[in-house]
Parts: sequence; C-alpha cells; structure tokens
Amino acid sequence: MKVGHTDVLVIGGGLAGLRCAIGARRRGLEVRILSLVPAKRSHSVAAQGGMQASLGNTVRGAGDNEDLHFEDTVRGSDWGCDQLVARMFTHMAPKAVRELAAWGVPWNRVERGSAEAIINGQRVILTERDEAHGLITARDFGGTRKWRTCYTSDGTGHTMLYALGDRAVAESIPVDERCEAIALIHDGGRCQGAVVRDLVSGELSAWLASATVIATGGYGRIYGVSTNAIINEGIGAAIALETGVARLGNMEAVQFHPTAIVPAGILVTEGCRGDGGVLRDVDGHRFMPDYEPEKAELASRDVVSRRMAEHMRRGKGVKGDGPEHLWLDITGLGAAHIDRKLREVRDICHHFLGIDPAREWIPVRPTQHYSMGGIRTDHRGESPTLRGLFACGEAACWDLHGFNRLGGNSVAETVVAGMLVGEYVADHVRDEGSAIRLSPALARAFIAREQAALEAILARPAEEDAHAIRRAMEATMTEQVGLFRDEAGLATAVETLTGLLARAGRIGTRNKRRDANPELVLAWRLPKMLKLALVAAEGALARRESRGAHCREDYPARNDRDWLKRTLVSWQADGPHFEYEPIEVEAMELPPGFRGYGTRNIIEHPGTAARLGDTEAQRAALAGAGRDAVQAALLPFEALLPERYRGRNARLGEVGQ
Amino acid sequence: MSRTLSISIFRHNPRDPASAPRMETHELAEAPGMTLFIALNRLRESVAPDLSFDFVCRAGVCGSCAMVINGRPGLACRTLTAALPERISLHPLPGFALIADLSVDTGTWMRELAERLETWVHLAAEPDLDLLEAPLSPGLAEEIHELDRCIECGCCIAACGTAQMRPGFVGAVGLNKIARFRLDPADSRDDADHYELIGNDQGIFGCMSLMGCEDLCPKELPLQAQLAWLRRGMARQGLRGIFDKKDKK
Repeated sequence: MKVGHTDVLVIGGGLAGLRCAIGARRRGLEVRILSLVPAKRSHSVAAQGGMQASLGNTVRGAGDNEDLHFEDTVRGSDWGCDQLVARMFTHMAPKAVRELAAWGVPWNRVERGSAEAIINGQRVILTERDEAHGLITARDFGGTRKWRTCYTSDGTGHTMLYALGDRAVAESIPVDERCEAIALIHDGGRCQGAVVRDLVSGELSAWLASATVIATGGYGRIYGVSTNAIINEGIGAAIALETGVARLGNMEAVQFHPTAIVPAGILVTEGCRGDGGVLRDVDGHRFMPDYEPEKAELASRDVVSRRMAEHMRRGKGVKGDGPEHLWLDITGLGAAHIDRKLREVRDICHHFLGIDPAREWIPVRPTQHYSMGGIRTDHRGESPTLRGLFACGEAACWDLHGFNRLGGNSVAETVVAGMLVGEYVADHVRDEGSAIRLSPALARAFIAREQAALEAILARPAEEDAHAIRRAMEATMTEQVGLFRDEAGLATAVETLTGLLARAGRIGTRNKRRDANPELVLAWRLPKMLKLALVAAEGALARRESRGAHCREDYPARNDRDWLKRTLVSWQADGPHFEYEPIEVEAMELPPGFRGYGTRNIIEHPGTAARLGDTEAQRAALAGAGRDAVQAALLPFEALLPERYRGRNARLGEVGQ
Repeated sequence: MSRTLSISIFRHNPRDPASAPRMETHELAEAPGMTLFIALNRLRESVAPDLSFDFVCRAGVCGSCAMVINGRPGLACRTLTAALPERISLHPLPGFALIADLSVDTGTWMRELAERLETWVHLAAEPDLDLLEAPLSPGLAEEIHELDRCIECGCCIAACGTAQMRPGFVGAVGLNKIARFRLDPADSRDDADHYELIGNDQGIFGCMSLMGCEDLCPKELPLQAQLAWLRRGMARQGLRGIFDKKDKK
C-alpha cells in the first residue's frame, strides 16, 4: 500500500482548487492536486458570461464599489448568506480580476467613444470615457445595480482556467490526473488526508496531509437534466459527509438557471440577456416585463426561472417533440455582436440545435445549474467540526450565496476563495503543522476498508441495475425537489430516495475488472450521490418557508422569524442528522428587507427592526466620515483578511483620493 | 428518419495481457438530436458496460472527447449522429497513450508541452493588486483571446503528419500557444526566447504545412496564418542569430 506525505492535498483541479494550491505553494508548502480529469477540463471551463468585480470602469459601471456589490449579493441570497463572507468576497473580487489580468486572462477592454447597446429592449448609445480606454470592461447581469461582470467574450471560465492551470504548472505543482479521492482519512477530530483511487489502474493509495482541501464543485448531477459537467456528482461533499464529523450546509439550496437549451440542457449564458436578449413565449410575446416590470429578464436567477415556469403553467410554453420550453431571442443583438461577444452561444446553437441565433430564437427552459449548499466551513474555509479539512468554491458553503447565487458571483468566488483559503491553509500548516501527528497506520486502515468495500461490489451478484436506480434518483430530484416544492412531493421524494439508497447496496457489475471500469465507478459513486440527494430532499422538506431558490408552494412566505438559519447535516450510523445555526440579525450590516420582486411576503424576524434602527443610527452618526468608516463600524472584516490582501482597491474615479 | 445505426468501436485494454485490439460493432436505434455522447452512453448502459470513453462538459468546450469519427478527428459530444452515415466507426485519437477503447491520455502530453514551452505569462514583476490594471488595447485583447481559445483536445496532433512521424513535435497546439504569448505585452519573453523553444524541427521548422490542423481544429483557430507568421518571425530570428555570431567573430 502506497502512503505518501504532503503538506497540502487539494482535491479538485478547477478554478478554486488551482488558485488555492498556487497560494499555498507560494507560501513555500508542498502541494499536490488530485483531479478526476486533466485540470483544464474541469467544469470551471464551462463558465461563459463572466465574473463580478466592482471595477467601475465602464460608463454603466461607474460609481460601483464594494458596498453595492455587497448589497446586491446579500439581496440576491435572500438574506441567507454570511454577510461577513460577502464583505470579504466583494473586497477581494477586484484584486482577483486584476491578478488574473496580470497572469494573462485577456479580459475584454473598454473602448473609448460611442457605441450602440440594447437595454431593456431599447437601442441606446453609450459613450465610454477616454480615461477608461483599455481598462477591463463589464457587461450587465441579473440582480445587479451596475454593469459589473468582467468577461472574455463568453469563454470567461476557459480563459481563467487556462491561466490558472498554466500558472500551477509554472509553480511546479503536481496534478494527479484521473485520480479520485474516495474517502477522507480522519481520527474523529482531524482530517489527515485521503484515500485515492487511480481511475486508470484501479489501484488504491493514500496521501497524508496537514491540510486537505476539497474543491470538487457542485452536485448538479443528482438531477436528471443539469447544465453541469457530467463529473459534477458531488463526491467531494459526499466523502466529507461520510466522515460523520464534517457537516454540509444548506444542501436544499439548489439553483435553476433560466436559459439552458432544450433538450440537451447545455447552458447559454446570462450574458445573452445582459447584452439585451429577451424571453418570449409561444405567441412571441415578451412576457417578463408583465411579471417583473422593473428588472424584467434581468431579475435574479431564481425569480426569472420561477416566472418562466409559471408562464409555462399558464399554457404559454412551446410544446413540441421534446420538453416544453420558451424562447430566448438574441436576434436583436445582431450577428456582429454575437460573433464577438457570444461566440460559444453561437457554436452551441449551431452544433446542438442546428440554428443561427442571430436569425432564430433559442429554445430554453430553467435547468439545474448551481449548488449553493456544500461542505460547511468558517470564513477561513475550514470545517468547524473536522480540523484540517478545508473546502472552497462551489463544493463549500462558507456561505457567500445563501439561497440564491447571483450570476457572475460563482467564478468570482472560485478565485477569491482560492486566494483566501490558500493563505489560511498556509497559516494553518505554519501554526499547527509541527503538532499534527499524521498516522500511516490510520491511512493503511482506511485503504483496507475502502479496498474491502470495492471488492464486495465486484464479488456480489448484480441484483440491482445501477442505471435504473440512477434514473429514478434523477427523476425524483427533478420532479419533486425542483423549482417548485411542497410537503407531499418532498415527503415522497425522501421515501423514494431512502428506498433507492437501500437498493444501491445491491448493485453489482457485469464486468469484474478493477482497472478502467466504468461500471465499478458508478456502483461505487451512486450510494454517495443518493446520500446527497436524500439530505437535499430532507432539508427541503424540513424548511417550511420560501427563500431564494427554495420555493415551497405550501409555504410561500420568507419566514425570517423561524427560518433565518442555516441547515447543517451530518451522516450518522442511522442516517442524516439535521441541526440549524442561526444567521444573526444582530451582526448584519444589511438587515433583512424586501428584494423587490413580486409582492412582499415576509414574516419578520423579531430582531430586524432593532438592527435596522441600529444600523441607521450608526450611519447617521458617521455621516460625512466616508464609506469605509461607516462600513468598518457596521461589520468590521479587515482584520480577518490575510495581511497581503487588506489594501484598498483603486478605481478610476477615486484615483488620487 | 428512424434509422438503425451500426457503430463500430475500437476495443482494447493495453493493461490486460489477454486483450487484443479489435473492432466491435453494435446496432443502436437513432433518436432525434442524438449525439455520439448520447449514443455511446446508451451502448454502455445496455450492451457494453465496460466501454471506456471520456466526456466531461458534453458541450464542446472542455476538449475531453476528441476521437476519430469515420476517419476524421473531432469532438464526439457535439457530433450529431444525423450528420453521419448509418455506419459509424470510432477510433481513439492517435498520437496519445491509449488508456482503453476510446479513452486516451491527452493530459500527460499537454502537461509536458506546457512545461517545455513554458506556456504562461512571464512577468517582469508581480502585479500590485490594489492598483488599476495595466491598460490593454481592446483590439489586442480580442486578438489574444482569439488564440487563447485552444481547448487542448488533441485533434491537431491527430491530424498532423509531422506529429505522427516525429513524437517530440509540439504541433499546432504548441505553436499556437507561442503565437499567443508572443502577442501578449505582459509576457517579457522576446523572439530570441521563442527561438530557443521552437526554432528547430521539433518546433516551427518541423511543420510541413499540410494544414490538417487548420482543417480539423474544432475551435476554428486561425492556425495556418499563425504558423506562417511564426515561421517568418523565427526564420528572421534564426538569421539574426547567425549574423550576430559572425559579428562576434
């Protein structure tokens, strides 16, 4: 049995994992990345439209700053996020985008002078400032008050991932490709690394590490139709759950993106609507202004997705051979714009639909897209219950997004979290490294346990068919734990998934080889996916309110009085155990309020009015003191940042101040 | 419309001493909108549970699923069966180590390429992240992005006569990367440095201008033009090197 040692083991080679590894490596640590696929093939590559950072270079972004980005993020989360984390994030995002620029991401730039744009269906002329020429530009995205989403055409994730992937090569960080962490090694209190399966040879080994970082992305593939890559099965979160010690947070918080193409479920970016595209129904009518007169197509994602589903329920969907859908119309943008700024969308439409989006409408429907839930960590990315286990990016719930993530905040989060958690991991190894006792005997015991489990799968008869169980799980999640939820459906889902989990223990394989065996991989992963599905469904059943993407038709109000709290779940011998941690109103910089969509339907928290009064009084007392001073009084966060990242972000209008 | 496809797939597991390379043919009912991603998964779920292949994004952006489809390298995920005849043959991409069946190891190859050509921006100094970013002309940013769009799928290597004859050849994927960093004002390397990396027959002078890369690049990168520019630049640099040596003598 091979047991290796490293300071830091990063599981996952997407944007978050790569940036975290680079940070720890630059602090002089030995770092190793495990990845299911070559790092540059990670799902981060599929991010299209852009990354939010309040640079304020473009004329429609002028006046933007961390405060506005923070408030948009908190509102977007339906007050479910951790405002301290949101503050750290919005402070870091400009630094992240500028670092990436230096490392070679060819961000689209501001072009001085006048050019035509489409805003809310109207042609307008925008005139960019001379002094902004050549600085990083931004486009409009949903739920934001400024144009804040930095982009490289609609291949943003690709350019970011390649810049960081090659930077990791420059830093000589080894990436073990086609290797899967199949269990965390831990002693009940501290994570000591992971058991690793080589997906080509089938051999097991272990890495012992002073810090283990999970950056494996989301769990979208527990749903039948998802925009996620097919590797996004949530196994990183599942192995954390299976420790019985680490906890997952808000697993019921699942986002549906308004515009995935039908039937393939491939994403077309929010940038289509940000750049002026509109949604149309079976009659060709632009319906979003009927529901959301102010933000229309650029309301928050959860809102647009629900409005689309509502409109289809009213019989306004387009019915054909495949699933019912609506239309995304970007024909008004013109071929020249699409060729330059939406070329991936053009290619996807061409290859998968056989249409030219400059001339024809794109069939779309809301589709599973993002996992707000994940491994619960503190603001440093460490599990509060299993020391030495860190998580960052979509795999984590540190908790930036609460119950709905804004478009463009996820790619920004991956890099920001990687920058921060890389530093905190390095601090952890510096401060505790010498006291950490890593046990090769424990590693060998974990390898033996996992080997025995794999052998058991190969040895047993194939009583159950993995594909049938998987399809049943996917259908259950899509139909009963989807965009709209209720007691009856969720209770049925929990029952169905519990039954499927029991049956999954009887899956066998027809093919008995240990190496490169896709059947064995599925038989091994499926029970883990079912556990995630089950905790998502149970969490949704328990949460009797509607918040962000979690929409209970039987409990339509956002219930701050009883549910301003985060769901935590651990997996014990008898199944999932749920706990809740309060989201403290008393500590909020932005107390709970109305997001401005539809009609106000909130059951107030008893502390909201007092905190609102308190924050207003503090703002009044500090009138004229400048926004930094006000902010520092309301929610101090600077001291929590790594020292190197505490500087104030320069902006065009503020230079010299 | 409802055709029955006859799909012949290369099968071999190089780690199994009992495995001999062979073609295996399966029939499959075609469905509307069916891609090779869907077709191969259906075969795996029904008749070929041990069939190895690689898909990740299934949207044509990650570069995992390149294979030889009826004799031409291409991305399987975005290939509609409707665009193919009833008889389809699938082979693994040549030029890369075979993992099994249709799965090849492009990752190790691309990592070695990145190490060899140092495919990252060589900075003169680390940036101060608190300051405004360095301005870049909007047109140049778009030109760099154009070349940055390579997805390292390996189609250009599979399509390249030189790469098939000369294993160390960096191919269009490598040469395009040098062209990309050569454009980037943030990269402090100059043509003398580039010449060290690709000024030989493993690099730009190994290209025979057959342009299979240009024909088969799934991202339609302007490889022909880039390789021509690079050849001219490197030839000039090579001559400069000869004259410099003469001057010193």
